[in-house]
Amino acid sequence: MKTKEKIILIADDDTDQLSVMEANVKSFGFNVCSVQSQKEAEDYLEKNKPDLAIFDLMMDNKDSGFILSYKLKKKYPDVPVIIATAVTAETGLVFGLDSQNERQWIKADTYMEKGIRKDQLHKEINKLLKL
Amino acid sequence: MKKLKVLVVDDEPGIRSGIIRILKNFSVGFPFMDEDFCFDLIEAATGEEAIEIINKEQMDIILLDNKLPGIEGVEVLEYINKNKYDAMVMMITSYASLELAVKSTKNGAYNFVPKPFTPTELKAAMEGITKHLFLKRMTQKMNDEDKQVKFQFLSVLSHELKSPINAVEGYLRMLQEKQVGDNVEDYMEMIDRSLIRMKGMRHLISDLLDLTKIESGEKTRELAEVDIYEIAKFSIDTLEPLALQKNVKLYFDAPESLRLKADRQEIEIIFNNLISNAIKYNKEGGHVNINVKDQDSFINIVVEDTGIGMSTDDLAKLFHDFVRIKNVNTRNISGTGLGLSIVKKIVELYNGKIDVSSKPGEGSIFTISLPI
Repeated sequence: MKTKEKIILIADDDTDQLSVMEANVKSFGFNVCSVQSQKEAEDYLEKNKPDLAIFDLMMDNKDSGFILSYKLKKKYPDVPVIIATAVTAETGLVFGLDSQNERQWIKADTYMEKGIRKDQLHKEINKLLKL
Repeated sequence: MKKLKVLVVDDEPGIRSGIIRILKNFSVGFPFMDEDFCFDLIEAATGEEAIEIINKEQMDIILLDNKLPGIEGVEVLEYINKNKYDAMVMMITSYASLELAVKSTKNGAYNFVPKPFTPTELKAAMEGITKHLFLKRMTQKMNDEDKQVKFQFLSVLSHELKSPINAVEGYLRMLQEKQVGDNVEDYMEMIDRSLIRMKGMRHLISDLLDLTKIESGEKTRELAEVDIYEIAKFSIDTLEPLALQKNVKLYFDAPESLRLKADRQEIEIIFNNLISNAIKYNKEGGHVNINVKDQDSFINIVVEDTGIGMSTDDLAKLFHDFVRIKNVNTRNISGTGLGLSIVKKIVELYNGKIDVSSKPGEGSIFTISLPI
């Protein structure tokens, strides 16, 4: 399947970060559906199946990204999820997906700290979509 | 009634049964405790046995004889101290010497009860040790909770600080790569948005400074007779341009010269936050009523808007740090999420009260009463 036919769902309540992410992902040649809240993402997932999803962590709830990943994986186990967030290690809150334990409750494939470089993001998406 | 586990370590069965008889139906209560404490008594005849028990089961209080057949009481105490075991130890001994007292105190014994003792003496000692244990654990719990609150604040704060940086960085990288072509005009919106985010950060920093000032306590407060009318007027004048932009009318009603002993800056923060919120969350063409009056030794400040209003769920969390009501109507309104939490903290400094009532789609009313 070519990139043009792939749809990537992006959810972020920060308009600016959403538009930057959208522009970047579009520049890789993907189709993008962008939403600004957990609620909108849930509504979208009710009727649509994206090829990959990128969720911000803190939206309507502090753990919106986790909730969305969980719901998405329950409905579409094969759709890869990236959680992107500005919450970072400096505060002791680390949500890596390195241990088996973390993988069990964080239903995402990759966790990326925001300030993500474009080429990094591109590589990660291609890897997850096996392109 | 709560139970505390008490380990009685003595090689004389008579002493052990005596202690148990005295404490079996005894309970300790102080006005500051939610419930009384009674004692669950466990016996050990030697130091070795005592160590075995404390390794298996959490004890709260240990009554420890020093002169034991195997290892001595002081050695048990050393063991407890070395392993940072969370229990209070009281030495019960007939061979009390200064050397033993010093050694025991150094190893964290709470008290001494000399043998022989009367039931009253033992009960009094148990009251003291129970009170101490209770307060020690409460303090620990409060410190932990305090740390937890600070930790949460910092992690949310770092998130709030990083979001604008990430947004601006994202736009700058798009510019660097000329992602939408060579036409400078096509980048104007990104530049405008970046500037807006920088302004938001500036607001966040100034709110943080306000918060620091409040939380630093009395030191930095300057209490003096201030004129509430004049401060409100000043705040309204400052916010008039914002109101014009949103086409919102401001109405002010207050008797001239209303005096209160207060820190001027704090009162200004209250007015600035309430009025700017009333403007920001208003509808195009709406209005804000600002009412100040004194009533029964209170100064009442009422700020009423004709804005978008809030649901009951939103109201419940409104005054918490970094809470911003997020929905379709608030999407384009900027804010730090600290304003109302700061206002509430200031109002509390004056032993005042803040109330809010709101109807979605109709508006909100914030009422503050400050005792004169």
